[in-house]
Amino acid sequence: MHIQSTFTFISSLGLMLMASAFFNGCGGNNESPTQKLQAPAAVAEDEEEEETHSTGKATETAGASVYDNWYTNKGIGPVKNLTLSAEIDQALAAEGEKIFKEKCTSCHKPDKRFIGPAPKGVLERRTPEWVMNMILNPEKMVKEDPIAKQLLLDYNLSPMANQNLTEEEARKVLEYFRTL
Amino acid sequence: MYKKMLPLLLALPLLFFITSCSEYTGSKGGPQAISGVADAASKVYVPPGKYDEFYLFTSGGFNGQMGVYGLPSGRLFRVIPVFSVDAEKGYGFSEETKSLLMTSYGFMPWDDAHHPELSQTDGITDGRWIFINGNNTPRIARIDLSTFETVETIEIPNSAGNHGSPFTTQNTEYVIASTRFSVPIPQADISTKDFATRYKGTITMLKVDPNTGEMSIHFQILCPGFDYDKAHCGKGPSHGWAFFTSYNTEQAGTLKEIEASQNDKDYIAAVNWKKAAEYIDAGKGEEMTVTYYHNIMDEATQTATSRVIKSVKVLDPLKYEGIIYYLPTPKSPHGVDVDPSGEYIVGNGKLSTDLTVHSTTRMLKAIENKAYEKVIDGIPVLKYDEIVAGVVKQPGLGPLHTEFDEKGNAYTSFFISSEIVKWKLGTWEILDRIPTYYSIGHLCVPGGDSRKPWGKYVIALNKITKDRYLPTGPELTQSAQLIDISGEKMQLLLDFPTVGEPHYAQAIPADKVMPRTKKFYKLEENKHPHAIKSEDEAKVVRDGKIVHVYMASIRSHFTPDNIEGIRVGDEVYFHVTNMEQDWDVPHGFAIMGAQNAELLIMPGQTRTLKWIPQNTGVYPFYCTDFCSALHQEMQGYVVVSPQGSNKPLKWWTGSDNAL
Ligand SMILES: [Cu+2]
Repeated sequence: MHIQSTFTFISSLGLMLMASAFFNGCGGNNESPTQKLQAPAAVAEDEEEEETHSTGKATETAGASVYDNWYTNKGIGPVKNLTLSAEIDQALAAEGEKIFKEKCTSCHKPDKRFIGPAPKGVLERRTPEWVMNMILNPEKMVKEDPIAKQLLLDYNLSPMANQNLTEEEARKVLEYFRTL
Repeated sequence: MYKKMLPLLLALPLLFFITSCSEYTGSKGGPQAISGVADAASKVYVPPGKYDEFYLFTSGGFNGQMGVYGLPSGRLFRVIPVFSVDAEKGYGFSEETKSLLMTSYGFMPWDDAHHPELSQTDGITDGRWIFINGNNTPRIARIDLSTFETVETIEIPNSAGNHGSPFTTQNTEYVIASTRFSVPIPQADISTKDFATRYKGTITMLKVDPNTGEMSIHFQILCPGFDYDKAHCGKGPSHGWAFFTSYNTEQAGTLKEIEASQNDKDYIAAVNWKKAAEYIDAGKGEEMTVTYYHNIMDEATQTATSRVIKSVKVLDPLKYEGIIYYLPTPKSPHGVDVDPSGEYIVGNGKLSTDLTVHSTTRMLKAIENKAYEKVIDGIPVLKYDEIVAGVVKQPGLGPLHTEFDEKGNAYTSFFISSEIVKWKLGTWEILDRIPTYYSIGHLCVPGGDSRKPWGKYVIALNKITKDRYLPTGPELTQSAQLIDISGEKMQLLLDFPTVGEPHYAQAIPADKVMPRTKKFYKLEENKHPHAIKSEDEAKVVRDGKIVHVYMASIRSHFTPDNIEGIRVGDEVYFHVTNMEQDWDVPHGFAIMGAQNAELLIMPGQTRTLKWIPQNTGVYPFYCTDFCSALHQEMQGYVVVSPQGSNKPLKWWTGSDNAL
C-alpha cells in the first residue's frame, strides 16, 4: 500500500542524499593528481590464481571467463564513478582496517582465500566501483552482476553478507585494500 | 488500487465455496452469515508483498505474551514474550533476559497479561512504547516498539491482582494500576471474615520518563477494600483525572458471585492524580516498607538488571482531601471508558440493563458544590443525579467495554448477548448492532481510547469460538473478528484465530511505528561485557570451574567451532555475539543436553547460554535459525573430558586457522 511506497521513496531519497554528499565530499578533496585505472595487461595471472581456488568448472578455465573484462565492470549499486588518488590516504586506510577487522574478517582474511576471496590486490582484478558496490549492495550483485555471480559459485554458494556499511565506511575499507 | 481489481478475482472461488460447502460445514456463523462475501474479502485482502495498514497488539491473556497482527489481514507477525519464558527466543532462559522475570516472589516464568496500552503524546498514540499488565504477580511491562522487545518490567507492591492497569495519561506522564483483589495491607494472616474492616485496595501511579520511557512508582493511594476492576485516564477537560471501576462494594469475602452483586450501584473511583502528585511533591504521604523488583534491559550492555526497592509513598484519603471521589454507577461496573473529547465517562454496569454516562463538567461542579451522598473512609460519594450526563436505555445484555470513533459514535461490547452496539454520544440513541461469535469481552477501535480514533474498524475480542473453525479437541482457538465501521452499518469482514487469550488489544497505523523500526543492533554500540567485536577476539577462558566462551556467529560458521578441555561439571557460559549487520539475520545457538533452551541472537547482539556438561563425550552445537544455504554446516563441537582431567583448553576454527 501507500505506506510501503512512501518508505521506498524516503529510503532511496536518503541514499541519494548520502551518495551525493559523499561524491561532493570526495570531489572537493580530489584536487591532487589522480591515478587512472590500471591497464588490463597484468590481469591474466590474477585470474589464474582465482581459478585455482575455484570449484573447478571447466568453462572457467577455458579461455573466455566473466573475469576477463573486469576493468569495464563497475558493478551494480550506488557507486557510479570513483577515481582514486595516486597516493594512498594512510589515515583513511587505517580507519578502513579497523572496520574491516570488525565487520569483514569473519569471512575474509587479508591475503588468503577463506569463506570469501582475499582482498589483497583486489584493485588489480576489480574496479574500485565494483568493490564498493559489492560491499554496499551484495544481494543484487550476486544476483545480477556476472562476476559476483561467478564468485558465488566459486566460493561454495556462500553469498556475501550485507554488513550495512555506509558509503563512507566502504570507501575507507577500499583504501585499506590498497595497502595490502 | 488493488482493491478495485480484487472483487473480480475473488468472486469466483468464493461463490464456489459458498455453494459447495455450506451444506456440510454446520457452521452457524459461517461465510453465509456475511452479506457480500467477496466485498468483505476484498476489504481484508492484502496482496503478497504489500503491507497491512495497522498493527494490532493483542494481549496473550494466560500465555503472558503479546501478539502482533496486521490489519485488515489478521495475519500474525510475531509473539513478543513479556511475562512468560519463551524457548523460541531464549527469553527468560538466556543470562541476559532472566532478570526481566524477577519478582519479590522469585523468578516468575509466567503471568496473565490483559491490557496492552500504547504510549500517547497529546492524547494521540505515538508508536513509541506499549505497556501491558501482569495480573497474577502484579507487574507492568514496557515494550519498545523500535525493537518489539520487552525492555522493562516493574512489580506493583501492595497489590493482589493488577487488573485495572496500565492505562496511560494523555502525555504518558503516568501509567496507572489498581488491585483487583483487596487484601490486608500490609499483608497479614487476617480472616476473610474481617474483609470489610481489615482489607484494603490500592491505586498506583507510575511515572514514565518522557525520554527513556522508564517507569517508577511515584505513589499509591490506599482505598476501601473493594475489588478494583478496570480503569482509564481522563483527557482534555478530564486530564489530570483517572477513573477506576469497583465492584464488591458489599465487601464480601466469600461467594462473590452472589454476595458481591447485592448493591444497585457500585462506584467509579475518580482520582485527581494531579492533586495527589502535588501532595507527594510537597513531601506528604506515608513512607511504607515494601519489597518490589524493578528490572530494566540496558540496550547498550543488552543485559537486564534487577533493582530491589524497599519503600513506597502511600496517601490515605482520610488524611489528604480531594484526591479521590466515588461516582455511583449501576451495577457492578466493569469497563470505564472516556470518550475522545474527554467529557464523557462511560460506566458499563455488567449487571445493569442500561449504560451510564457521567459528565466531567458535572462531576467537577458536584465536587465544587460538595454534592455528596455520603463519605466512605474519607472518600466522598457524589450524588448520582448531579453527575450523570445520560443513559443508553436497554442496549443489550452484559455491557463490558466501550470504544469510540472520530464521528461522535460509541461502540459497546455485550458479553451475554454477544454483540457490539453502536450508539451516539450526547443523544444516547442506538444506531446499529452486530452479532459477534461469541461472548465478546473487550473491543478495539484503532486509537479508540485516545483523543484521535481511526474509526475504520472495530475488532471484537471473543472468549468463545464454538463451531467457527475446524475443531481441535476440547479447546478451540481463541479468536478476534474484524468489523468495518466506516459506513453507517457495521459489516463483519473477517474472523481470525489468535494465540493465548486476546483479552484486550490496541491498534495503531503502521506508519506511526515503521519509521522507528530498528533493523539491527550496531556492533560498535554493543557494550555487553562479554561481547567480541571481531572473530580474532574469540577465546575460551577458564576461571576454576567456570568457563567463559566468547563466540562469534556469522553466516555460516561459529568462531571457535571446536573447543577442547571442558570438563564434566564445568559451568560453561557461551557468550555468542552475532556479527551480522543486516536486517532479519538472527542466528541461533543450541547445544546437545542443554537443560534451559536455545538462544536466538539478533544481529549485533550478544546472548549467553549457561551449560553444565554432565558426561564425557563430544557435544555438537549448531545454529537453530535457518540463515543461509550453508546453515546446516553452521555447527561445531565441544569435547568434554572427565572431571579432574588435565587436558588444556584449546579452541580453533578451520584446520589452518587455529586461533
Ligand atoms: Cu545461522
